Amino acid sequence: MLSKDLLGLEHLSRAAIEEILDTAGPMREIMHRSIKKVPALRGRTVVTLFYEASTRTRVSFELAAKYLSCDTIGVAAASSSVSKGESLKDTARTLAAMQPDIIVLRHPRAGAAALLAGEVPAHVVNAGDGAHEHPTQALLDLFTVREKKGRIEGLKVAIVGDIAHSRVARSNIWGFGRLGAQVCLAGPATLMPEAVQEMGARVVSLEEALTDADVVMTLRLQMERQKAGLLPSLGEYAALFGLNRERLALARPDALVMHPGPMNRGIEITPEVADGPQSVIVQQVENGVAVRMAVLYLIAGGGAKHETID
Amino acid sequence: MEIKWREKARLMDGEAIRRALERIAHEIVERNTGIDDLVLVGVRRRGVPLAERLAGRIRAIEGRGVPVGILDITLYRDDLTMLDHQPQVHQTDIPFLVTGKRVVLVDDVIFTGRTVRAAMDAIMDLGRPGSIQLAVMLDRGHRELPVRPDYVGKSVPTSRREVVEVRLTETDGEDGVVILERT
Repeated sequence: MLSKDLLGLEHLSRAAIEEILDTAGPMREIMHRSIKKVPALRGRTVVTLFYEASTRTRVSFELAAKYLSCDTIGVAAASSSVSKGESLKDTARTLAAMQPDIIVLRHPRAGAAALLAGEVPAHVVNAGDGAHEHPTQALLDLFTVREKKGRIEGLKVAIVGDIAHSRVARSNIWGFGRLGAQVCLAGPATLMPEAVQEMGARVVSLEEALTDADVVMTLRLQMERQKAGLLPSLGEYAALFGLNRERLALARPDALVMHPGPMNRGIEITPEVADGPQSVIVQQVENGVAVRMAVLYLIAGGGAKHETID
Repeated sequence: MEIKWREKARLMDGEAIRRALERIAHEIVERNTGIDDLVLVGVRRRGVPLAERLAGRIRAIEGRGVPVGILDITLYRDDLTMLDHQPQVHQTDIPFLVTGKRVVLVDDVIFTGRTVRAAMDAIMDLGRPGSIQLAVMLDRGHRELPVRPDYVGKSVPTSRREVVEVRLTETDGEDGVVILERT
């Protein structure tokens, strides 16, 4: 049901999102086998092209590909011709000439994945383009919540932090909204984009966002924001917006605590909450591999029309 | 363009299915000289309720049960690159080790044999079984691989263009084996 590429959740239908979530569950079972491999995408090649540093996302994609029997190659931009000034277009065309099936791209500019998708016949999966979208992160967040809560419809999801610079927040607003949850955003006014309410989320105070929330998602506060004068100090952010036990108590007692990682312990989230019983931060990482397996499987599917006889 | 199907013939009714399962259960116990190390693995959809029914019959015969697992072979199919769209993957749930066990794969119909080949590959990825045997309710011929069932409910020659369906109460609301043709 997926088209050639997965660029974001803004235009992805509810049915397509649910198909990915339904596929991720069986994929996760494979991760717990002794032989972590199924032949489904045997012989396909996945190139991970990362222009930004990443450990978890890149390893997650590469393992997902290997578990499906793909061959994988990782390109870290810093150690590649990009450092010699090669443009994205040229890098794309060079790689495309080597016939990879899927390119997973992380790039600091919004729209980079779309540009790449238009340049190459390979399937393109967006692993984060600037502050625009990070669809597989939102998909794994949706999967985690759906599994723990049994549904997405009607849930109250609070996202707290630097919304302005967060592709994770944007993809989650699209994803949770499409599946019928109510998304509330809270954070410093200097880090809250004006038009975000047009995406279907409500901007409210921290207290109102947390009250009776089913899911509390805290975003990483990047240290650079303080240097750019958007925050008085990290200590002040932690005091006013940090998720601690008292603030978490405003949410429902069975509320999930989530974080896309990596965490700044003691700033946006206290260690007590991060490691507490409501935290599903570690499960998010495991589910991330399963969701990426589902995405690779579904995106690589299709081909010539063929009638099957079972 | 929706295809309409009509029941052309009924090969087995509910009673025939029940008797076949009873016979197959006895054959499994006889050929394996008891049920030590025996496990049943139902393939995909309709193999699962058949495996569960067989386990029930075996329990009635031997006084104790055998473990039953569920196998989804979607990721092992040999036609994934040729399909118009990916079939839905479902959960594989085999909560026991297969190494050293006599695994009896259970499926509703054997046709080309490709599903069985995929199922064997999947089992091999989970361990090293002592042996793999195959039980099917219906053998409709037209094998494309050297695969053969050990236990068969009924063997019926069919035309390739016909569609054969094993219907079970658990999945289809009734028991029966039918041949369908396009209207």
